[in-house]
Amino acid sequence: MSQTDRPIALEARGLTKHFDRPAVDALDLTIFGGEFYALVGPNGAGKTTTLRMVVGLLRPDAGTITIEGLDALSDPVAAKQITAWLSDEPILYDRLTPYEYLEFVAGLWRIDPEITEARAHDLIGWLGLEAHAHERCEGFSRGMKQKVALAGALVHDPKLIILDEPLSGLDAGSARLVKDVLRERVQSGGTVIMTTHVLEIAERMADRIGILAQGRLIAEGTLDELHRRTGKATSSLEDTFLMLVAEPAATA
Amino acid sequence: MSRSHTLVWLAGHEFRLGWRDWVAMMTVGHRRRMGTVAIALIVFIGFMYLLAYSMVRRYALAGVEPDRATLIVATGVILLSLSTLVSQAIESVTRVFYSRSDLDLILTSPVSPRKLFSVRITRIVVEVTLFAMLLATPFIDVLAILGGTRWLIAYGVVAAMATVAVALAVVLTAVLFRTIGARHTRLIAQIMAAIIGAAFVIGLQIVAIFAYGSLSISSLQSEWLIAHVPALGSPIWWPARAVLGDPVALIQVSAISLALFVAVILIFAARFGDYVLAAAGVSQAMVSRRSRWKKFRRRSVNGVLRHKEWMLLARDPWLMSQTLMQLLYLVPPAIFLWHSFHSRSDAYVLLVPMMVMAAGHLGGNLAWLSISGEDAPDLIATAPISPQRIIWSKIQAVMGTVAFIFAPLIAALALASVKAALVAVGGILVTVTSAILIQLWFRTRARRSQFRHRQVTSSRIASFAEAISSISWAAVSALAVVGTWFTLFVALFAISILGGVWLISPSNNEAYAVR
Repeated sequence: MSQTDRPIALEARGLTKHFDRPAVDALDLTIFGGEFYALVGPNGAGKTTTLRMVVGLLRPDAGTITIEGLDALSDPVAAKQITAWLSDEPILYDRLTPYEYLEFVAGLWRIDPEITEARAHDLIGWLGLEAHAHERCEGFSRGMKQKVALAGALVHDPKLIILDEPLSGLDAGSARLVKDVLRERVQSGGTVIMTTHVLEIAERMADRIGILAQGRLIAEGTLDELHRRTGKATSSLEDTFLMLVAEPAATA
Repeated sequence: MSRSHTLVWLAGHEFRLGWRDWVAMMTVGHRRRMGTVAIALIVFIGFMYLLAYSMVRRYALAGVEPDRATLIVATGVILLSLSTLVSQAIESVTRVFYSRSDLDLILTSPVSPRKLFSVRITRIVVEVTLFAMLLATPFIDVLAILGGTRWLIAYGVVAAMATVAVALAVVLTAVLFRTIGARHTRLIAQIMAAIIGAAFVIGLQIVAIFAYGSLSISSLQSEWLIAHVPALGSPIWWPARAVLGDPVALIQVSAISLALFVAVILIFAARFGDYVLAAAGVSQAMVSRRSRWKKFRRRSVNGVLRHKEWMLLARDPWLMSQTLMQLLYLVPPAIFLWHSFHSRSDAYVLLVPMMVMAAGHLGGNLAWLSISGEDAPDLIATAPISPQRIIWSKIQAVMGTVAFIFAPLIAALALASVKAALVAVGGILVTVTSAILIQLWFRTRARRSQFRHRQVTSSRIASFAEAISSISWAAVSALAVVGTWFTLFVALFAISILGGVWLISPSNNEAYAVR
């Protein structure tokens, strides 16, 4: 299936957000269903701001956002129903257990308790949290909290999962587990959008990579397409990234 | 670096940090607000001088050889102040144990824990002394201006009291560490701090109720008490004598407080390092409080949010103690009502406003926890629920908790007077609604763990407005119990306060969902 035939999971047009300076500048972004999309860029490029606007945590100054054909700005509740957000800092309720947290999330998304209970059970097992499933989260390590938060993002079976630096601070085992879970979601038809500073992860996991700098999408495509843009087919994503990012900085 | 040099250097470091903490607290991190803070302080101090003039001018000419009645009143004031200072000192000492901040750095350096904690205890003494001075200075100055310089000796007593308060707090906290362990010390110490802070006033009122059928603290000057206190030469009067300008008594009091302070430093400073490690062990250890397995329940979205709020509150004993502590102040009027049941209608005039005020304060605390102290705001904001529905659920959670706590009290009151109970219900409803509205207008993003400093993390205007609002509604309910038309004027004043707060509240707030 060519890209033009695929359904669009997320479409942003002219997305703009100014703080003291333009954080996101008339950004156009199209992400297809069943795609693993990595958004990379230097610090302050506007990656997190972009995603926070998409999930409804920031109001754009201008532009449109469509999620699975739903206008996310005029019908946010419907758009949120099929979207999950996982921030880089897993913030849970310390006094709830992972199971209670998942029950709470399922309740917020109005999912049938019988379905979510079974799903929660599977997710807890999958993420290796069985031993701690009924302990309060207050003593959990960062990795464990990140896993619980990921389970919360998946328990309502979203079509679109948006993750901001989901692997930061995780040990190798936990990072592998999270990557496996995300890959499985994509294989089963879900769409994953992820920001990362670790270019190797984008290189290995993403179907397409978008490079954001100064609030603009300066390059986008598969790894090969990005290499071709720089004319260095054998270079790493890191080299390609640095060359592409250097261009707008030089012209700025 | 020599030993004494290390101590001085550490002290300099501590006091610089203390000053910056204070500035940051007063300006909420915006140094540009220093001018505003200075003006506010001047206004506050001016108000305190006026208050002091109205309260103590008649005592300015009291003799250096006072009678028993004067000594009793002076001792009562000292004990009242001491209980407040001990309460504050316990908070500060506990914070030294549990807030990590720079302790990891300093404890892994070659500086001895004894030196570090000697300096930190001294810093607490200075902080508590400055706090006490801030409150006492207007009173002492007014007395000195009207009655002579001998009153300035009272400054020495304030410093001695602060030193004693910190020494007592250190001993109490250390005893708690030894007896109940690091895991529970923080909670118990903070509950004790609140109880000690309130205990003297509450105790005095309860004694007054049973002895004289009144809540007035002026019963301190009763003939019975005067007849039964120790003789004038007793050391128990030294602090009171010092306050009244006796230099010999000041030397005695200062010597005792200094000896106590040195003993505490010698005995406990070296042990603080162990306590800090024990406290760190608690925070880093895996907490394995297990819950029973329960099947997922079907609830409405409102029900899910309400249940979450109540469960988080019920599972946090520290938060619960902090939010419910002000209910302690309801004990004396409740006893008063019980004591004078059916015999005196003026009990309602006292009890109903106190209930309304306590409910307003409780409602404000709960509203802050629920609205601003949301630990997972992103989760709530990205859930498929409208912001209005989220807010409504949180309001229900707050109202439900207040209703749960006050319903038994209202029921008991209704047995005595249906009219008073109805006024109390109306007052509680209005004051809690006002508190919730203020929190909504000034909502911010904070963690529940920041609750103790909610006045700092949120808006001071909101805190002030909340207090004024609950006092106003309490006054309205008191007048309503009496049944006077003046109630309407005070109610209009309370409503105008809310209106004013709404006008100056931030217009655009993204604390929850934005669309």
